[in-house]
Amino acid sequence: MAKIAGYRRPYVGTQPNHLHPSYVSSLKRAPAKPLIYLPHTLSEVTGPLFGKESVDVKASDLTRQHSGPPLGERIVVSGRVIDEDGRPVRDTLVEIWQANAAGRYLHKRDQHNAPLDPNFTGSGHTLTDSDGRYRFVTIRPGEYPWGNHHNAWRPAHIHFSLFGPAFATRLITQMFFPGDPLIPFDPIFNCTADEKARNRLISLFDWETTIPSQALGYRFDIVLSGREATPMEK
Amino acid sequence: MSLWASTSQTIGPFFSIGLNRLKQDNLVGEGVSGERVTIAGHMLDGDGKPVPDGLVETWQANAHGKYAHPEDDQDKSLEAGFKGYGRVMTDDQGKFQFTTIKPGQAPAPDGKTQAPHIAVSVFARGLERRLVTRIYFPDEPSNSSDFALNLVESGRRETLIAKKIADKSGALEWNIILQGPGETVFFDCGL
Repeated sequence: MAKIAGYRRPYVGTQPNHLHPSYVSSLKRAPAKPLIYLPHTLSEVTGPLFGKESVDVKASDLTRQHSGPPLGERIVVSGRVIDEDGRPVRDTLVEIWQANAAGRYLHKRDQHNAPLDPNFTGSGHTLTDSDGRYRFVTIRPGEYPWGNHHNAWRPAHIHFSLFGPAFATRLITQMFFPGDPLIPFDPIFNCTADEKARNRLISLFDWETTIPSQALGYRFDIVLSGREATPMEK
Repeated sequence: MSLWASTSQTIGPFFSIGLNRLKQDNLVGEGVSGERVTIAGHMLDGDGKPVPDGLVETWQANAHGKYAHPEDDQDKSLEAGFKGYGRVMTDDQGKFQFTTIKPGQAPAPDGKTQAPHIAVSVFARGLERRLVTRIYFPDEPSNSSDFALNLVESGRRETLIAKKIADKSGALEWNIILQGPGETVFFDCGL
């Protein structure tokens, strides 16, 4: 156990800095002192694992959680979870949450004057399969105003939370929709310097997963940190 | 082939909709041995104001220093009731609290052992990436030789060590100061 193969560190510019002044909430919450480099130990290359026992199979369809169908445009969101070597991340938990079609979250702190939908909670989860695939049925969330600056609006997005195999692979991100005119103006989206990395947060419209007469398909693949090839001697 | 890991984005203020289901504020399942502790604290911003929309996730070994994970191949016992995972949200006052057992010593990369610690991920509105930190334990002789604590300048180490609450057995205080005086030490763990 002396040597541990850690997980890879991000490429420069592909992850946001903690402080990003145009995202006003970061001003008082981003650390002022530099982070201290932590070599990965057994504590970081292990992490919580959630199996079938912690999953409700019905939770991947957000349109069937209430007595009636939610308002809005039904969509299928699917993709693969892979690591930086392109290998599938199997049996890993994917949790999502989102606003309803009117751009309102079912949350006491959301004060937007758009209506709640009694048939939509906006919460889902699933496990990836043996090929790293996941699939949700939901409705397209609405755009909504927020208080970051004058006339600020968030592009439509779905929040994603993933664990992967280790503490070091934990990721929370957001999925956006192609062609959304608000994306270039969104300070949260723009926090990442590298344009290519940023644009990978925009899902692709996908005929292959579109269900005729039922739902448009959007594809969103997620890449988690890969493993160092060889154990590091420290 | 080497892809780039997906870009992190903030958890935002409304994450409880999706994440409350796996809230875990008591890690002491049935049959779990060890010294029971309750760790409570506040998450504060750079103005000392409470962060009411923060998420704290924890990961730890059991009292023998063994993780409930297939990569831990140490020959140590693991109770079925021990998972080692915690997830708590801050309240309107920025307070969070969870009950667990003091972990044992897990191996260190230098072939020695690490002092008992809990790995912590901090998420909040305003944080585009998680912050990674650790909770260590008071009056623990192995702290002085812990490799991660020794990466930290001595004046800041105390931000990682929980404090005993005088008249309450097993009660510990540990705060998360995101910025400014007394800022908690945060580690670069990758993502």
